Amino acid sequence: MITRLNVTSIMVLDKEEALDFYVNKLGLEKGSDVKQGSYRWLTVRVPGDPGTEISREEPGPPVMDQETAAQLRELITKGAMGGLVFLSDDVRGLYETLQKRGVTDFTQEPTERFYGTDMGIRDPFGNAIRILQQGVAQEAKA
Amino acid sequence: MSREVEGLNRRLLRARDAMDRAYAEPLNVRAVAGVAHLSEAHFIRSFRAVFGETPHHYLQRRRVERSMFLLRETERSVTDICFDVGFMSIGTFSRTFREILGETPSSYRAGNGPMLPPTCYQMAATRPVVNAAAQRSSSFGEAASAAAS
Repeated sequence: MITRLNVTSIMVLDKEEALDFYVNKLGLEKGSDVKQGSYRWLTVRVPGDPGTEISREEPGPPVMDQETAAQLRELITKGAMGGLVFLSDDVRGLYETLQKRGVTDFTQEPTERFYGTDMGIRDPFGNAIRILQQGVAQEAKA
Repeated sequence: MSREVEGLNRRLLRARDAMDRAYAEPLNVRAVAGVAHLSEAHFIRSFRAVFGETPHHYLQRRRVERSMFLLRETERSVTDICFDVGFMSIGTFSRTFREILGETPSSYRAGNGPMLPPTCYQMAATRPVVNAAAQRSSSFGEAASAAAS
């Protein structure tokens, strides 16, 4: 039987730029970074969670032809290629940290819901990222 | 050529996100076009080419979606909701809502209760699709001159 989700992938336009965003800004850690010919197997993962890796894929040969790659790049930059949802233990703190690190593409500032506090950002390429802190938020100390 | 297209799409997406954040405020096309580093006219044309509708149409559908959310999830009056989401008059709100969804705000409220999926999915998935006839004929509450683009 299946025991875990091992790898999920997200399409990006540039793996190096993706690495800078997801690791240096968002705070994930690098998983695998292996070159195989012209292909770079590059993944990131949640710090301390070695089980699930998120691979970065760049549209292009040899996996697909140039025309398909161009179509995908158009879709990615329109924000049509889906995204990722993370959990956090402190969404509001993370919001401050992201701003200090230079993130500006917030689709939604931290907002309280009935299921917790969540916020939305976009990576440099257009992919949507949601970050959720579960449970009812504590009142911030004045 | 492809790199230019990617850059334009990404800037238009950023502008669209800016509209989504400020949906309840009057649409400032110049400011939103500025987010995409485009002139107003170029922005409106490009937005329609890339996203399939004018910025105004997109914003009106976003406002209707937000009004649907408030109708489902809160007890606020239809009048209050109208102004909450950025419509300037009850008449425009009711007409736009009816044209897009085929029923009145009150009827929608009566037939729909609170939803379970997380808000981000609701925002994306319940944004109303306009039927072909309404797409052609509906001005979505905008003045005739503004609709020409």
